[in-house]
Amino acid sequence: MDQFAPSDEGEIIDFVRAAIANEAPLEVAGNATKAALGRPVEADRRLSTRSLRGIHFYEPSELVVSLGPGTTMRELTDLLDQNGQELAFEPIDYAHLFATEPLGGTIGSAVAVNASGPRRIKAGAARDHVLGFSAVSGRGEAFQSGGRVMKNVTGYDLSKLMTGSYGTLAILTDLTLKVLPKPEMEQTLLLHGLGDQNGIDVMTEASGLPHEVSSLAHLPAGCVAAIGPLAGQTAAVTALRIEGPETSVAKRKADLQEHFAPHRAEFSVLSDAHSKTFWGALRDCLPLCAHASDIWRLSTAPTEGARLVETIRKSGVDAAAYYDWAGGLVWLATTTNAETAAPEIRRALHSSGGHATLIRADASSRAGVDVFHPQPTALAALTARIKNSFDPERILNRGRMRKDF
Amino acid sequence: MALTMPKPEQEILANRDLLIRRLREILPAESVIDDEIERRAYECDALTMYRQLPLVVVLPETVPQVSAIMALAAEMNVKVVPRGAGTSLSGGSLPLGDGILLGMSKFNKVLDIDYPNRAARVQPGVTNLAITKAVEHRGFYYAPDPSSQIACSIGGNVGENSGGVHCLKYGLTTNNLLGLQIVLMGGEIIELGGKHLDSEGYDLIGLMTGSEGLLGVITEVTVRILQKPQTARGLLLGFPTLDDGGNCVADIIAAGIIPGGLEMMDNMAIIAADDFQPCGYPRDAESLVICELDGTASEVEHLIERVSAIARDNNATDIRVAQTEAERLQFWAGRKNAFPAVGAIGPDYLCMDGTIPRKQLSYVLSEMRALAKRHNLRVANVFHAGDGNLHPLILYDASINGEIEKAEAFGADILRLCVKVGGVLTGEHGVGVEKRDLMHTMFSEADLEQQQRVKCAFDPNHRLNPGKVFPTLHRCAELGHMHVHKGKVPFPDLPRF
Repeated sequence: MDQFAPSDEGEIIDFVRAAIANEAPLEVAGNATKAALGRPVEADRRLSTRSLRGIHFYEPSELVVSLGPGTTMRELTDLLDQNGQELAFEPIDYAHLFATEPLGGTIGSAVAVNASGPRRIKAGAARDHVLGFSAVSGRGEAFQSGGRVMKNVTGYDLSKLMTGSYGTLAILTDLTLKVLPKPEMEQTLLLHGLGDQNGIDVMTEASGLPHEVSSLAHLPAGCVAAIGPLAGQTAAVTALRIEGPETSVAKRKADLQEHFAPHRAEFSVLSDAHSKTFWGALRDCLPLCAHASDIWRLSTAPTEGARLVETIRKSGVDAAAYYDWAGGLVWLATTTNAETAAPEIRRALHSSGGHATLIRADASSRAGVDVFHPQPTALAALTARIKNSFDPERILNRGRMRKDF
Repeated sequence: MALTMPKPEQEILANRDLLIRRLREILPAESVIDDEIERRAYECDALTMYRQLPLVVVLPETVPQVSAIMALAAEMNVKVVPRGAGTSLSGGSLPLGDGILLGMSKFNKVLDIDYPNRAARVQPGVTNLAITKAVEHRGFYYAPDPSSQIACSIGGNVGENSGGVHCLKYGLTTNNLLGLQIVLMGGEIIELGGKHLDSEGYDLIGLMTGSEGLLGVITEVTVRILQKPQTARGLLLGFPTLDDGGNCVADIIAAGIIPGGLEMMDNMAIIAADDFQPCGYPRDAESLVICELDGTASEVEHLIERVSAIARDNNATDIRVAQTEAERLQFWAGRKNAFPAVGAIGPDYLCMDGTIPRKQLSYVLSEMRALAKRHNLRVANVFHAGDGNLHPLILYDASINGEIEKAEAFGADILRLCVKVGGVLTGEHGVGVEKRDLMHTMFSEADLEQQQRVKCAFDPNHRLNPGKVFPTLHRCAELGHMHVHKGKVPFPDLPRF
């Protein structure tokens, strides 16, 4: 595939206009670490934003960073780390799933897929941290939206629309993000040996307590061994993460332990470093990465997680799964082929509510089934009109989200 | 008033009787208001300086009724202005003389509270505070808390992406929604989200939030409810200068502390609030910071000490820590009453809503003082200091000829100043009609055209709340035009592959 990496907005405008003139769609990418995510793009040329890299300004006391979308996650993470700050939405690193270089993806691509992590339930996703952007639309026109301040309702919130649009609306040329101080420390309380539904029940209960548990996950037996700090263990774990100043963490951990003592589960605690490794592995889908199988990501009402997986299994789809977001996020690995699995998974979601995305599968599967959850007719039509308002000739990432655009 | 609204369309005015007859086929007679005196009640929202009698007012109470009204409006090519509780400070629900005013006040039911999934599904006319009231007996609350929370509706909050004093830590409306049901112009009903996180396609919940009633009518809202923090404690900090107060705010954030609330008031606002309802504010302080820390008891104790130390380092002359819940509420009482308090010394005031990068606070305040002198008007300041959202209250006397125009000109200068230092026109009140004509100070024509193209995807004939947000209305056909025709080569000067 021909690849272009324009070095400024003007060059991007020229490329897009030439693509329109030639009726030749463009694949939009950063470092292409997520090229296997979504439907295969129908394009012979790739436009990369990797040359639009670097920090425009970073003001830690203002909690804001403005940068080129081609800046790698490694550069950004290191910079924030030096100042005790982070992206609070803990973007998933797809490197393990797609066998690319860890932290080698760009911030632009993390925004394009609306990346998030285990802290999603408390801190939000990428969508909640994009303050503003500049971009070139599929019409070959530069525009900007938002700003650099936390509170801003001036005009439509196009940052939300851009985030999670998989490069199908416009090509990012600039990003301004909210950053936050890292918690002073963290610990994770583990309950061992619970079944899936019991694990969900514990998480539901914990998330209704005032102890500010910031992440809640349940790993069934068989999903545990791939996580470093749990190496050698086999029993299921239900994990409750507590972050903050040391005294507060210690107190909340003790309170939680006391609260769940009647469950008679065996407890253990992951210290700061182990806790970070644990949630990092869980975020990046390590428990399922090694499976030679398709991987799906399901978002549902938290209490429905375990029932959902059970319904999917009963339909004949074999499934290894674990639960994040207190049960609301299900990572599912299956060897059942995508054509068979997709309708069953989506049928199961019909009663629990939510949606499923096929995250990892070979190109022919991703071309053959809906990678993103199909939408009802009126919503699908509205979505197509919005796509048209940015990219009427369907030049950008054609086919990536939907076959028809 | 200097405001220009879209010219009433004669064809719509001529069809008024037919429209009312058709509306009465959809709604019970008492829900279609055509009497002039009754329509008067809807002639303005909380931006009272602009008034317009609506063509007709309708008060539906079911989603099929809303859908039928929208379908009829599209069929008859009539404009529609949605209205929640009418508390908009930017004129978001200012009626049109040739438009149906669609009042959502009868949608006032809490439909479903799901504690295990921490979600509440409510109708859009439910007030912001009523959501918290419905769940607080179980230790939950709904986080965004605009000052008007006792009156404003959640549907209006979604339309405006409302904030409040707690949004530094807990986010705005947009960060606290799980699902929406909307009705499009034409009557289509669209469900977005549910009890799960993140949308399955484009983030239309995010787009709808803050769209000021220009894209669709909100008929149902699912919000996230949160567990109340174990403890909330307040600090009241007085400073000898505005700079000291501003620096203290910056240092708190720089130290990695994100308080539940971080508010600031200047001397005129302090005196006005304390006169209105004595709340023990230090009357000689040039700036006052209210800092609320919430979380577990041990964490809050630890943070109170750190914030007190930061305040001392910034020359605080007054450091008080609330010892009881009653005292914490008293700290807030003055701030929460600041608007009516300033109203009492007014006699009228215009509330502005710019946001600036925090570090620009002292510069903006000193410039604002110079502007006040130039315009010969007084201004009191209250801010959501933590997130740089200013609420300058411009005092004027509407009974004096020309004073409204003077206040408006002063307000526009303040907003231009906000944009100049890297800020924005509105932090939480919305553009509406109030800031519409200033949009070009922040956006280029291309930026605004792209926003209007999004509008066209929802409402191609500009029937829904036209005249708000955008200074000029472009026809959708014209905006979609790209000089691309099959068989013709667009951009002929560009190189071919």
